[in-house]
Amino acid sequence: MANPMRIRASAKDGVTEVRVLMSHVMETGQRKDASGALIPAHFITELTAKHNDKVVLSAQFGPSVSTNPYLAFKFKGGAKGDKVTVGWTDNKGESRADEVQIS
Amino acid sequence: MRNALKPIAIVAALVMSHGTAVAQSTADDIAKYREMIADGNPSELFEMEGEELWKTPRGPMKATLEKCDLGMGPGVVKGASARMPRFFKDTGRVQDLESRLLTCMQTLQGIDPKLVIDGKFNSGERKTMAALVAYVVTHSKGDKVRVDMTNPQMKELYALGERAFYYRTGPMDFSCATCHGEDGKRIRLQDLPNLTKHEGAAAGWGSWPAYRVSNSQFWTMQHRLNDCFRQQRTAEPIYASDVTIALSVYMAAKANGGEVMTPGLKR
Ligand code: HEC
Repeated sequence: MANPMRIRASAKDGVTEVRVLMSHVMETGQRKDASGALIPAHFITELTAKHNDKVVLSAQFGPSVSTNPYLAFKFKGGAKGDKVTVGWTDNKGESRADEVQIS
Repeated sequence: MRNALKPIAIVAALVMSHGTAVAQSTADDIAKYREMIADGNPSELFEMEGEELWKTPRGPMKATLEKCDLGMGPGVVKGASARMPRFFKDTGRVQDLESRLLTCMQTLQGIDPKLVIDGKFNSGERKTMAALVAYVVTHSKGDKVRVDMTNPQMKELYALGERAFYYRTGPMDFSCATCHGEDGKRIRLQDLPNLTKHEGAAAGWGSWPAYRVSNSQFWTMQHRLNDCFRQQRTAEPIYASDVTIALSVYMAAKANGGEVMTPGLKR
């Protein structure tokens, strides 16, 4: 199972800032291991962030994004106690979603 | 490597465009690069894992580490690593964080220290250790380095650490001081702190353990030292051996009073 993300969301002056740290190997599929065998590609392909039930960000990720990706973004609106959910899916079909309350 | 190549390439390009780039502007550019990556230190992922491990019953005795005494009383994590290495009465030795955690794992959980000592970095119990370290050191962030140099055993290890620091060996006849004994030195694009002075020791000691962007790994101080023995081209030190602890005492004593910035974020 995929490891949890660390999400922080804070609202200020009508804008919510979200910072997400994801735990993922983000293998490009281009690297070789010590014995010369290709390490299979394994990376996040899609990411969706929601404020309560409304999608506020959707993104496509690819193999050029680093291991343990970090993402920060802002959206208009959001109040203390509201839910922010971030979810991703990778090329192997694994997924992970985590939720926090806006502080 | 691949992940760090891009930002580093940019920094390198900036440096080159200065033509006869002076050392100062390079250091500035390194500082700029560090600033760019400072937000969102992935150490947090290891810290989360470590916290979980701390509270999970493990080992033959199926116990957690919640009663582990890191010198501030059983279970107290806050501020503990800022005061380490330190002398522990129960073991009768000066211990760094990792050797102390080995004691806790052995006495509370029944986990054989050999699994870590003879293990490999980034796997098995050494990997567990790294996560535990990430958890503990995060709880000293913002504290001051406060090692007790009035303790006689600490003084003894300091003297040993100093000798080890200046001990030249290997095919290149390097000592730690060869690379870390002067101001303003660097290798590739890395500043090499002068660990023989307070300022450099505070910067170096104070920012380890750390997450390394170049390999996406969290490195403990034992890991850092192990790799510097390699850079010195000398024999690999035994994990948590006296010489590694002595070197830590030497650096921590020099850094005393400096800010704890752990977990750090490094190239
Ligand atoms: C051949 C040169 C060399 C020798 C010898 C060497 N180191 Fe290092 N050391 C480095 C380099 C290079 C780095 C930075 C690593 C990097 O970021 O790639 C480093 C980093 C460090 C750091 C972390 C500093 C920081 O600010 O991040 C510490 C602490 C350290 N070394 C201690 C030691 C000790 C103790 C010894 C002796 C056992 C030693 N080193 C021997 C080259 C050396």
